[in-house]
Amino acid sequence: MEHYHMNLTLKVWKQKNKNEKGRFETYQVKNISSEMSFLEMFDVLNEQLVAENKEPIAFDHDCREGICGMCSMYINGRAHGPWHHTTTCQLHMREYKDGDTIVVEPWRANSFPVIKDLVVDRQAFDRIIQAGGYVSVNTGNAVDANAIPIEKHDADESFASAACIGCGACVAACPNASAMLFVSAKVSHLSLLPQGDPERKTRAMNMIHQMDKEGFGSCTNIGACEAECPKGISLENIARLNREYLGAMFDGGSQNAI
Amino acid sequence: MSWKQAFSSSVGKKIQMSLTGIFLILFLIVHCYINAQIWFGEDAFLTAAHFMGTNVVIRTIEIGLFAFLILHIVQGLSLWAKNSKRRNTRYAVKAGSQTSPWYRRSMGLLGTLILLFLIIHLSKFWGPNRFAQTFGSGELNLYELMKEEFQNVVIVVIYLLGCFALAWHLVHGVYSSMQTLGLTTHRYKTMIKNVGVAFSIIVTVIFALMPISFYMHWVN
Repeated sequence: MEHYHMNLTLKVWKQKNKNEKGRFETYQVKNISSEMSFLEMFDVLNEQLVAENKEPIAFDHDCREGICGMCSMYINGRAHGPWHHTTTCQLHMREYKDGDTIVVEPWRANSFPVIKDLVVDRQAFDRIIQAGGYVSVNTGNAVDANAIPIEKHDADESFASAACIGCGACVAACPNASAMLFVSAKVSHLSLLPQGDPERKTRAMNMIHQMDKEGFGSCTNIGACEAECPKGISLENIARLNREYLGAMFDGGSQNAI
Repeated sequence: MSWKQAFSSSVGKKIQMSLTGIFLILFLIVHCYINAQIWFGEDAFLTAAHFMGTNVVIRTIEIGLFAFLILHIVQGLSLWAKNSKRRNTRYAVKAGSQTSPWYRRSMGLLGTLILLFLIIHLSKFWGPNRFAQTFGSGELNLYELMKEEFQNVVIVVIYLLGCFALAWHLVHGVYSSMQTLGLTTHRYKTMIKNVGVAFSIIVTVIFALMPISFYMHWVN
């Protein structure tokens, strides 16, 4: 693709902290290369703001290669921008042309309060993991990782679910601000493997209980989460989580839950 | 965890919606089959209507039907109300149809339209018939009643709008109820979606043809 430069108008959400009211600020950026990533374009803007003695825009980022799950921008109505199966850092400016206006908002959900500008607090996800997204392992000598035979199909399915980077795009995209896709991916990648089997019933119950406690909405099977997930986590995971929940419901062993 | 706790979590409420929804789907099949008797003559329809209106088993199930219907409505409206409070600051730019079809996002609205239709529908046929059975001179001739009501073009249009709302509600409802019960695995999800769409079209087209048939005098 031809390399070109563009001038853009950005409408970016500015918010001092979670208690202050936020508002949109309009910025002009000039001479942006089509080969820059979306975050590099923000770096250019921030350098410009620093040079002008203005406050730069706060935004989350870390690895910038689509695996850490930190970047979290809602760009022109789309979580991580319009590209399929990519995070914001993987979105490139060749998507845009000279003179475009881009509206950038933070993830919006009551369970993800804004820390500053485009940075949101996603600790609710950490607390859901703490409620059951783990396997208990006895201390002692390390067990050989390949000691238990695992069917190839299950291993692949589990691996696909484990691709979830916990970025929260599912919550951001969901009209109900539901975290079911995240929770279902985390439940699936463990319950598909023999190591996750002993705690599967209490895990499903406890993680769903924590999800409700954090104030996420309930799933109405809309599917916007699947459409926006940068890692292609499928709704089949939510069906599996529902099966896990039903299984736990009818099983006495889940009495330990909650 | 008690049964009460199990059914009152967010997933538990979905299961309530799913199970009551499946019961209502089964009811629609029976309702549709009985009403389709109009095309086999007045006698065939009245025999079926008499059975449905007087049989002890059917009348007992009718109580359950109303209980499930009310549970489905109350739970649905409460989910709708709660879910709309999960994002206090709205997005300035919305994804809309880019990430999901409109009817999946509009189940509460479509359900409310169906409820409004249902109030009109019950007050036209079910209500007067049960009243006459209990306090009046016995069962009404529902065939004649339909013939009379469906001469009014306003009533016919209301019924067609009711069918329209029902069709879209079912397109998502059939699939969604199966997804909630965890049946939409990789192997079955496409089949379930297609069966859901086919079911929605067939059932609502048959329902819609009834007022049209009377209005157009295809049946007399």
